[in-house]
Amino acid sequence: MAQVSIRKVVKEYEGGVQAVKGINLEIDDHEFVVLVGPSGCGKSTTLRMIAGLEEISGGEIAIGGGVVNDIPPRDRDIAMVFQNYALYPHMSVYDNMAFGLMLRKFPKEEIRRRVENAAQILDIKVLLDRKPKALSGGQRQRVAMGRAIVRDPKVFLFDEPLSNLDAKLRVQMRTEIKKVHQTVKTTTVYVTHDQVEAMTLADRVVVMNHGVIEQVGPPQELYHHPQTKFVAGFIGSPAMNFIPTRLVETSGALNLELSSDIVLPIPEDRIGRYKAHAGRELLFGIRPEHMTEVRPNDHRPGLASFHATPEVVEPMGAETLLHFWKDGHEICAKFDPGVAVEPGVRTPMAIDMNRMHLIDPKTDRVL
Amino acid sequence: MALDATTITETGRPAAPATGGMTLQRFARRRSTIAFLMALPLIAVIAGLVAWPAGYAIYLSTLNRRMTSFIGLGNFEILLDSETFRMVIWQSCIFAITAVVLKALLGFWLAHMLHHIPTKGQRVWRGMLLLPWVVPPALSTLGWWWMFDPSYSSLNWLLTAMGGPSIPWLGEPGWARASVIIVNVWAGTPFFMIMYLAALKSVPDQLYEAAAIDGATGWQGLRFVTLPMMRNIISITVLFSLIVTFANYDIVRVLTNGGPRDLTHVFASYAFQVGVLSGNIPRGAAVSLFMFPLLATVAFFMLRGVNQRNREMA
Ligand SMILES: Nc1ncnc2c1ncn2[C@@H]1O[C@H](COP(=O)(O)OP(=O)(O)OP(=O)(O)O)[C@@H](O)[C@H]1O
Ligand SMILES: [Mg+2]
Repeated sequence: MAQVSIRKVVKEYEGGVQAVKGINLEIDDHEFVVLVGPSGCGKSTTLRMIAGLEEISGGEIAIGGGVVNDIPPRDRDIAMVFQNYALYPHMSVYDNMAFGLMLRKFPKEEIRRRVENAAQILDIKVLLDRKPKALSGGQRQRVAMGRAIVRDPKVFLFDEPLSNLDAKLRVQMRTEIKKVHQTVKTTTVYVTHDQVEAMTLADRVVVMNHGVIEQVGPPQELYHHPQTKFVAGFIGSPAMNFIPTRLVETSGALNLELSSDIVLPIPEDRIGRYKAHAGRELLFGIRPEHMTEVRPNDHRPGLASFHATPEVVEPMGAETLLHFWKDGHEICAKFDPGVAVEPGVRTPMAIDMNRMHLIDPKTDRVL
Repeated sequence: MALDATTITETGRPAAPATGGMTLQRFARRRSTIAFLMALPLIAVIAGLVAWPAGYAIYLSTLNRRMTSFIGLGNFEILLDSETFRMVIWQSCIFAITAVVLKALLGFWLAHMLHHIPTKGQRVWRGMLLLPWVVPPALSTLGWWWMFDPSYSSLNWLLTAMGGPSIPWLGEPGWARASVIIVNVWAGTPFFMIMYLAALKSVPDQLYEAAAIDGATGWQGLRFVTLPMMRNIISITVLFSLIVTFANYDIVRVLTNGGPRDLTHVFASYAFQVGVLSGNIPRGAAVSLFMFPLLATVAFFMLRGVNQRNREMA
C-alpha cells in the first residue's frame, strides 16, 4: 500500500508525439483514482509509465515515497489488469494467479492460501483448474483481477478492464471491482474512457485531455463545479448543453439573452460572480436534467421558463429526452416520463438557473 | 424427432420422399459428397505419388535379389544381421538427432536476435540468413566439400594461419561424421529460424508485459511465456526437420559418399548404395522402409502433444 506521486511527468514518443505534457498528480494511500478522458488523451500512457512499461521522458514518478523512474516493472511492486486480460493461455487459472508469487519464491502453502482466498473473493473457486480458453469474458476478467489481488501489491493499475464486456456484465463487474477495493483497500489507478465508470468507482476523478489534466476532484465536485468547458461537457450524460448567449445588465439585474424571444434572469446570488462580464458574448451551459417540464407547484427561486418545439422525443423509460434545435445548436432536455410530449408541438419548459454555468469562449474556462 | 416424408435437407428445400433409401439426386446434393468430389484431384495425386510408391516399396522389399520370388521378411532379417546396417541405424539416429537439436538451438537463437532488431533492418538480415536454405543443397554441399578438401581446404588454411592444427575433415571417421552434421546444420538452421521468428511474432506483447509486472526477468519470460507459447511450433518444426534429416541423402552422397568405410552412411544414402549401386533393389527398398516405423512413432507422440495443446489453448 502506498501513495503515488506524479511530478511534471512528460512522455514523448519517437517522432516527437507528446502524449503526456507535464502532469502533476498526488494519489493517496488507499485511494481509488480514475483517469478518464477521450481516446488518445494519454491515459494509458500515464498508467504504463506508472507500471514501468513505458519510459518516462521527463519528470518523476514515485511509488510509496521512492522514485521509480529507473526501476523495472518487476521491482515496482505493482499489479496491472489489462484491457484484454493478458492471461497466460498455457497456464491453468490457478497457475495464472500463482505465477507472480512463484517467481517471487513464496512458499507453496502461502501461494495456495492466497490464490484460494482471492478465488473466494472473486467467486472463481470452481474454475481454478481450467485454462483461460475455457472461460467466458467475465470469468477471464475475474482471473485477471485475481492475479492482481494475490500479489497484494502497493498499487493496482487497471487499463480499461471492462471495455471488452457486454453492457450488463460491465455494470456487474464495476460493482465487483468496487467491492474488491473496499475489501483490500489497495491504492488503485484506473483508466477508462467511460465517465459513468469514472463517476461510480472513483474517490477522485482525473479528467485528461490532449495530454494534460483538465481537473481533479471527487465525482460530485466535477459534476457540480466543472472548471473548464471540456470537463463540463465530458462529465454527465447526456452531455451539458452549450448555447451562445449575451450577458446583459439591466437596472442592477443580469439577464442572459439567448435570442430576442428568450431572455433568462440570472439568480441573485450569482450576480456578483458574473457582473464583470456584463455585455460579453458567452456560452451558457446547462445540463439536460436541469431543463425539465414545468411543474405547477414548484416556486423555487431561480426557475425560469420558456417555450420550445422538440423535434425528437426519446422515451428512455426512467426519463424522456427531448431534442430541439436553436440557431443550429442541438439542445437536450430531460422530462419526467409521465409528462406527455409530442414532437413538433410547442412545449413549455423550466430551467433551473441555480445549476447554470457560464463559460468564457476565449479561454474555455467556466466563470 | 422422427423423420417424416417431407424432411428438410441442408439446402432448405424439401427432399424427395425418402422411399427405398437415398436417391442419386439426394446423394449428389449432400455436402460430404461435394467435399469428396472437390478433394478428389488431391486424393488422386497423393495416391499416385505417395501411396502407390510406398505400397510398391513394401512389395519390392519382400522379393529376392533378382525379383523373381517372394521371400517374406528375408531382406529385413539379413539387414538386421549385418554389422554395417546396424551401424547405419546408429549413424542415422546420431546424425539426425544431433543435427536437429543443433538446428533447433541455433535457429532459436537467431530468431531471437532477429526478433529484437527493428523491422527495417530485419528484412535484410532475414534475407541473408535464409540464403543457406535457399541454395540447392547439392551445390552448396559441393562448396563445403571444397572447403573440407584435404589438399586445398580453406578451412584448414584458416586454422593453420591462426596456429591451429590441420584437420582431416572427411578422412577420419569422427571428423567426417561431424562434417556431415555441420553442413546439414548450416543448411537447415534457417528453416528453424524462420518458423521460430513467426512464432515469436505471434506471442502478444501484453503477455510479456504481464510477465514483467508479475516479476519475471528476461530469462524467466523466455522460459515461462515464450517457450510454452511456442511449443506447438517447436514440436512441428522439429518433427518435420527430423523426418527430412533422417531421410537426408544429398549431403552424405556429395560430401563423403558414405565413407570412410561406410561410417557416415544414413538410411537414404545406404539404400541408394545397396539398391542402385550394388543392384539389390529389394534390399535397398527394405533399408528405406526401416525409417518408417521409427518416424511414425516419433510423429505419433509429437502430434498427440500438439493436438492436446491445441485443444486446451487458443
Ligand atoms: N508507441 C507509440 N508511439 C507513438 N505514439 C504513441 C504510441 N503509443 C501511443 N501513442 C500516442 O500517444 C497518445 C496517447 O495514447 P494513449 O494510448 O495513452 O491514449 P489513451 O488515452 O489510452 O486512449 P484510448 O482511450 O484510446 O486507449 C495518442 O495520440 C497515441 O497516438
Ligand atoms: Mg488506452
